[in-house]
Amino acid sequence: MEAKVEDRPAARVETPAVPKESGDAAPAALGELKMKAKDVNLWYGQKQALFDVNLEIFDQSVTALIGPSGCGKSTFLRCLNRMNDVIDICRVEGDIRLEGQDIYAPQVDPVQLRARVGMVFQKPNPFPKSIYENVAYAPRLHGLCANKTELDEVVETSLIKAGLWEEVKDRLDQPGTGLSGGQQQRLCIARAISVNPEVLLMDEPCSALDPIATATIETLIDELKENLCIAIVTHSMQQAARVSQRTAFFHLGKLVEVDETSTIFTNPTDQRTQDYVTGRFG
Amino acid sequence: MTDQTASLASFTSEAATKKLRKRHRAERRFQMYGIAAILFALAFLVFLFASIFSQGWTAFLQTSIKLPVDFSQEVINPSGNPDAEDEIFQANYVKLAREALYKQLGVDPNDRKARRAANELLSRGVDVQLRDMVLRDPSIIGTTEDVWLLASDNADALMKGSIDRETPSERRQVSDEQIAWIDQLVDAGNMKKRFNTGLFVNGASSNPETAGLGVALIGSFFMMLTVVLLAVPLGVCAALYLEEYAPKGKIADTIEVNINNLAAVPSIVFGLLGLAVFINFFGLPRSASLVGGLVLTLMTLPTIIITTRAAIRAVPPSIREAALGVGASKMQLIGHHVLPLSLPGILTGTIIGLVQALGETAPLLMIGMVAFVVDYPTTPLEPATGLPVQIYMWASSAERGFVERTAGATMVLLAFLIVMNSLAVYLRNRFERKW
Ligand SMILES: Nc1ncnc2c1ncn2[C@@H]1O[C@H](COP(=O)(O)OP(=O)(O)OP(=O)(O)O)[C@@H](O)[C@H]1O
Ligand SMILES: [Mg+2]
Repeated sequence: MEAKVEDRPAARVETPAVPKESGDAAPAALGELKMKAKDVNLWYGQKQALFDVNLEIFDQSVTALIGPSGCGKSTFLRCLNRMNDVIDICRVEGDIRLEGQDIYAPQVDPVQLRARVGMVFQKPNPFPKSIYENVAYAPRLHGLCANKTELDEVVETSLIKAGLWEEVKDRLDQPGTGLSGGQQQRLCIARAISVNPEVLLMDEPCSALDPIATATIETLIDELKENLCIAIVTHSMQQAARVSQRTAFFHLGKLVEVDETSTIFTNPTDQRTQDYVTGRFG
Repeated sequence: MTDQTASLASFTSEAATKKLRKRHRAERRFQMYGIAAILFALAFLVFLFASIFSQGWTAFLQTSIKLPVDFSQEVINPSGNPDAEDEIFQANYVKLAREALYKQLGVDPNDRKARRAANELLSRGVDVQLRDMVLRDPSIIGTTEDVWLLASDNADALMKGSIDRETPSERRQVSDEQIAWIDQLVDAGNMKKRFNTGLFVNGASSNPETAGLGVALIGSFFMMLTVVLLAVPLGVCAALYLEEYAPKGKIADTIEVNINNLAAVPSIVFGLLGLAVFINFFGLPRSASLVGGLVLTLMTLPTIIITTRAAIRAVPPSIREAALGVGASKMQLIGHHVLPLSLPGILTGTIIGLVQALGETAPLLMIGMVAFVVDYPTTPLEPATGLPVQIYMWASSAERGFVERTAGATMVLLAFLIVMNSLAVYLRNRFERKW
């Protein structure tokens, strides 16, 4: 596994950094290859949930994972920051690399990995602490700030980036759980980006939100992708079309197709993808 | 379509209204059963409290007689040497008290019968009372001081009305002469019921008027201390390990089943275990509150483990994911989130465990804590009793004074239990975080 360092440049060749023009969509400007999953198989006990998944996600872009319920989108996403480690019965095989480094290698500490690969969950889950504490928690945990002033700064920039600063700057000491659902989800995003992760994984971040809050978060995702690699699971085709540059379609634990978002939605290769995006099943 | 209209109509039909009424009646009846059950339980509680309270409240008062006691040098310290402690210790203090009483009542010192009758008014514990006064402050030797001396059990009972004056004198435990003396003393303000501090500070005694809960309170305190210091850290650590680290599987299941079984083991079995292990094997002293504490620790441990595990399990998984997702290690997850969030549950469980332990009697019987201990234990290794054991011992004595003390001690124990339970409720509300 260690010997395959040349995987990375090879992968770059396979997928052209400048994708082909298609329709009216502006050419998606993809950054460098950030994470690469190769032949990932995953079992929950006896039951196999992922079958030979091969997927690459690129920096400074949003990759959407779509597919019918139970097809393994969340499962795959959780492989990318080893959140599956905490599930006893879960077993992962295959090769997942972050910037060429095998993240399942024994010398990799999952705790550190999760600081580099942040995650936002389906249900907003702020800590039952103050807004400030919610955002300050991770930088403090990883010892990123030398003093209180720096920490204040990090909290402020994270909240600004998450588009929440204006709404909460006067009540940072109030419980984060007292915010509205959409605000809570942005607080969770602020918490996730407070340690400057390289990759942000989002598992249906808008499924518990109303359209307005959803729109706010979509704008936010659009801004965040300028310096981040984002992978997002969504059930909304429109959302995938709006925010992502590339889309991966999962079905029954298999990655069926991955391509530029516009291609997936207008001209997919696989019949199942066609059926799914046109709403014929799923 | 037709089917649906038919079924809609059936909701307003005669039969349907009847059914609806019947359902409402059934619901009301069900509520009534519940209310009746609660009232029944409450009635018992009220009855219990009322009976204990009516019997026990007099235990908090104790009759005393004020006498000008002459601490005469000849009786206490005839050698005149202030360092002769043995002499002072063994002096005839009863004589001092009695002479003061004869003078007060105007009893002829040569009338043996009258003297004996007067003696019966004073408690047999007065010598200790006077001796302690002298030992505390030897400078009173040679002076005369007014001292409130304990009255005897019978005099106390008469004052409290549990000996009826109307009873014919030959069947009454207090003679007419004695009643006259008592009335004389009461009228002069020299005999009355005062708050019974002795109940809380005295050790064991065969005279009810000088018996107290002091040793039992200290013993119970040492035992609770042992339980808190051992059972809480052990229980919380065990629960944390089982919930957070232990691999789920056959072994974990076996442990779980066994902990649940342990919680159901009759407490006397723990007493036998304590006797066999701590006393016979490790050679710890009998009757020591440390052994009692260890046995109660074993008994409380399962309760604490079970409640702590439940509290840990109640921490929302989303909080765990959130913490792990930002890169908290398992230890940090536990220290920063799991423990603080489950603290109210852990505290409640701990206090409930302590309350159980405080009221437990049977295992203490097995390790010899049913003991007649006069002196305060200064370390947990010295013989002591416990509150419930003291109640048990007093309950088996027939004297009137012990009957009322049994109820009084029960009130003290209940007060502790109620205070601790309220504390549990308070802490739970205080620390419970709402989200
Ligand atoms: N902790 C788990 N233990 C056992 N099986 C699991 C676990 N989590 C997921 N699975 C199974 O793995 C498969 C994929 O689940 P996953 O949650 O990844 O689906 P998903 O694509 O995210 O679905 P949804 O869109 O409904 O969230 C499902 O069949 C599910 O039952
Ligand atoms: Mg999912």
